[in-house]
Amino acid sequence: MDAEQTEWDREKVQAAVCSDAGLMTSQIVILKTLVARGMSSLAGNRRKGWLIAPVWWIFPNGASAQGWDMRAGVTEMSQQVQMLHHVSLWICTGVGIVVFGAMFYTIFAHRRSKHPEPATFHENTKIEVLWTLIPTLILVGMAVPATLTLRDIEDNSDADLTVLITGSQWKWHYQYTEADIGFYSNMTTPLEQINNIEPKGENYLMEVDNPLVIPTNLKVRFLMSSDDVIHSWWVPDFAVKQDAIPGFINEAWTRVDVPGIYRGQCTELCGMNHAFMPIVVEVLPEDEFLAWIEDQRIANELAGDAAVAARSREWTMAELMPMGEDVFLTHCATCHQPDGAGQGIKYPALAAALDPARVISTGPIEAHLDRVMNGLSETEMQAWAPQLSDVELAAVITYERNAWGNNTGDIVQPLTVYEAR
Amino acid sequence: MIAHAETTPPARHPLVSFILRWVLTTNHKEIGTLYLCLSFTLFLIAGAMAMIFRAELAQPGLQFITADFYNQMLTLHGLIMVFGAVMPAFVGLANWMIPMMIGAPDMALPRLNNFSFWILPFAFFLLLSSLFMEGGAPNFGWTLYAPLSTTYGPPSTDFLIFGIHLMGISSILGAINIIVTIFNLRAPGMTLMKMPLFVWTWLVTAFLLIMAMPVLAGVVTMMLTDRHFGTSFFEASGGGDPLIFQHVFWFFGHPEVYIMILPGFGIASQIIPTFARKPLFGYASMVYATVAIAGLSFVVWGHHMFATGMPLAAELFFMYATMLIAVPTGVKVFNWVATMWRGSMTFETPMLFAIGFVVMFTIGGFSGLMLAITPADFQYHDTFFVVAHLHYVLYPGAIFATMGAVYYWLPKWTGNMYDERLGKIHFWSAVIGLNLTFFPMHFVGLAGMPRRIVDYALPYAGLNLFTTLGAWMLGLTQLLFLYIVIKTIRGGEKATDQVWESAEGLEWTVPSPAPHHTFDTPPRVE
Ligand code: HEC
Ligand SMILES: [Cu+2]
Ligand SMILES: [Cu+2]
Repeated sequence: MDAEQTEWDREKVQAAVCSDAGLMTSQIVILKTLVARGMSSLAGNRRKGWLIAPVWWIFPNGASAQGWDMRAGVTEMSQQVQMLHHVSLWICTGVGIVVFGAMFYTIFAHRRSKHPEPATFHENTKIEVLWTLIPTLILVGMAVPATLTLRDIEDNSDADLTVLITGSQWKWHYQYTEADIGFYSNMTTPLEQINNIEPKGENYLMEVDNPLVIPTNLKVRFLMSSDDVIHSWWVPDFAVKQDAIPGFINEAWTRVDVPGIYRGQCTELCGMNHAFMPIVVEVLPEDEFLAWIEDQRIANELAGDAAVAARSREWTMAELMPMGEDVFLTHCATCHQPDGAGQGIKYPALAAALDPARVISTGPIEAHLDRVMNGLSETEMQAWAPQLSDVELAAVITYERNAWGNNTGDIVQPLTVYEAR
Repeated sequence: MIAHAETTPPARHPLVSFILRWVLTTNHKEIGTLYLCLSFTLFLIAGAMAMIFRAELAQPGLQFITADFYNQMLTLHGLIMVFGAVMPAFVGLANWMIPMMIGAPDMALPRLNNFSFWILPFAFFLLLSSLFMEGGAPNFGWTLYAPLSTTYGPPSTDFLIFGIHLMGISSILGAINIIVTIFNLRAPGMTLMKMPLFVWTWLVTAFLLIMAMPVLAGVVTMMLTDRHFGTSFFEASGGGDPLIFQHVFWFFGHPEVYIMILPGFGIASQIIPTFARKPLFGYASMVYATVAIAGLSFVVWGHHMFATGMPLAAELFFMYATMLIAVPTGVKVFNWVATMWRGSMTFETPMLFAIGFVVMFTIGGFSGLMLAITPADFQYHDTFFVVAHLHYVLYPGAIFATMGAVYYWLPKWTGNMYDERLGKIHFWSAVIGLNLTFFPMHFVGLAGMPRRIVDYALPYAGLNLFTTLGAWMLGLTQLLFLYIVIKTIRGGEKATDQVWESAEGLEWTVPSPAPHHTFDTPPRVE
């Protein structure tokens, strides 16, 4: 089942649950239709039409009425959490109505023009005890269900499946500990959309190359950690938000009932591209999930074969350069810029002409390989060896050594990369 | 000859003597004025930063600034508002008013007072200079979380650290001065339980400052040694823990929240009785509630860290403790309403600001209570819902309170009445701007928009535009405030000594404008 199909199914099943931007858009259509109907019923009194016009203005891009509230989500926990949210919201609203009601009444009735002689009372023990006790009781009433839900949320025992989630600037790394499968998940929204050159797509900033895939109806345990700074993994539809802290492992879990695509974002400021670290989770029915795992295994094997084939032959500059440019634009350009010019003092220029002090991309190949493959600890330059294939690494290094006027003429072969691993 | 030389000071250029007068002053009123001027300047600077990043957030996509500059603006906005706008404003008011309210001739330690003010301009010079350094200003948020601020922070982070040290020294010295003044210089007959509430809340605030600021100084020093001296307090690879930073920071951070609000409580408790023409309801319970809030503020820091993976027991403890704060806070709100009840109210600008404070602070209190519910906090945390909450608490609690206080006491300070019509315009445009800015944030937060992101998904677009328009309105409105204050200083209808018909307290017994020295002989309080 492809992604769109899944989404469509969910819409049927769960029309009331708003869980991703795609759905929000479909709901705004409904909302606008409703409003339009309201407008036409007001047609007799056309002067009132302007009352409704601002709706278009407030939601030009389609946040729906549903999108104004915390979502119910698709897990038991997320629904409980939404319930807690609603209970506390309504309690606050009730207290607010009483307090503000009294206040606005007195503002209206006890202004000098209406009430010239002020009273003189200034204490009343009975009422003071009362308005200490009543709120305390209300709070106890709120704390009880919250405690119960919290106990469930913190119960990480008896998981059916474990995924290790590692944040690094600015992507997520998912590893299935039981299945020996792992991959990185990068945002795919192109820079042109971010820089307003191209129109923005429906899932602007909320789309990735490799979504996390999990099965329905099984308890999935997430272990969170980080390679560099603190990130936070949040999928609102699961009500799972957990910090990914370097050097430590946090736990969370979910059990999703409804297949579909769910989106979230990193919620802990983690540097320059914090806004560009989305999370996409594809929830598949159990049998499809098992098939997917099998596909991944086969793909891994094929990739292994391809790697063997790749390093057993010579690659030409003409083959490597376009591929290298691709890799560079996808993985490196956020920091080093598409033209290799770098940014500020933090992100060095790779075009030798722009930063003569830095010689790695025109100097000895071994140093260059080492920097790109192993990164440099305590800087944002991360190790790329685990993330990219031999061919990709060979391509991007060849590209760096020949683009932007670097013109070293060097061709780095996948075999060289393989040997350097 | 010698006698002659002694009695005639060397002739000075008028500018030099003007500068020296302000640099060397030990008079509590002048130092109060200095604090207020610095605070307002920094308020405008930090506000302008907010207007810059709000402009960027008006539409999805990157329009005006880079992601890194966005993070710098965000960090400086928070730091300067907290340490530069709010805290000095309250210290300025304390300087002006506490001696006059307790019948003291000046602060107890006038030279220390001068010193604690004059540290501040240097502190903020250090902080702001980071904008012009290679690598840019600090860009990791005002919460300075490690390791983003230690291993990954730009070089200018060290200037931030020293800036914070200076601010801390200034606050601690100021707080000591206030405590010493209140304990020693009260007029005969002014027992503790007769002190005006503004003095009470400041006394409690001063103790909070003395307990909290050294903790902040400590944690930024640990940052410094992690950055440069090979320690690993916050570095897992060296046996440390990034979470230690958060625990220590929020152990300072939550009391800090009340440092920024308690004096506001005091101000509202001065203004509302005056314009309700009725004594404050529940004076004693106001005092006890203040002390209770201050005590609780030291045991709730974990509510900022629910998503960091705390054990269940800790989560429960922090949830209950945080919810408990709602009780004394509620008592305060009920007392204010009861003070207004069956009074004979008029609504001059200070009263409007006080009422605006009570209403909107209460809204912020509600969202605070919601955030205390740990399971729900997993959904609210680090989204715009939190941004809405903290601005509903702080903008009314600190800024509205300060502005109300300025309108309330300005006639006493300058001898002139401010322009009531302009004051009301200022109030209403600020209220509208504030709600336009911060109310929609609740919704975008609930809908799922994280805070501190430079760009966002399409569903959040419309409401963000609203927020940006509101923010610009709110920012520009403050220029009107500046105009009103300058106009009042330069002239206007003369104020009586009493100023407000039924204002009570020693400050209203001295002439308007208050002479340079007041209460050279202590008044008697019945
Ligand atoms: C997260 C930001 C970031 C990304 C993404 C990134 N780099 Fe870097 N890179 C850095 C930083 C920072 C340094 C400087 C490290 C140092 O020397 O302090 C660096 C240094 C380098 C250098 C050495 C430059 C010199 O002359 O010292 C090379 C080569 C390089 N990166 C290549 C790459 C390649 C290839 C990619 C993509 C596969 C990439 N980088 C992706 C941040 C990044
Ligand atoms: Cu992030
Ligand atoms: Cu707090």
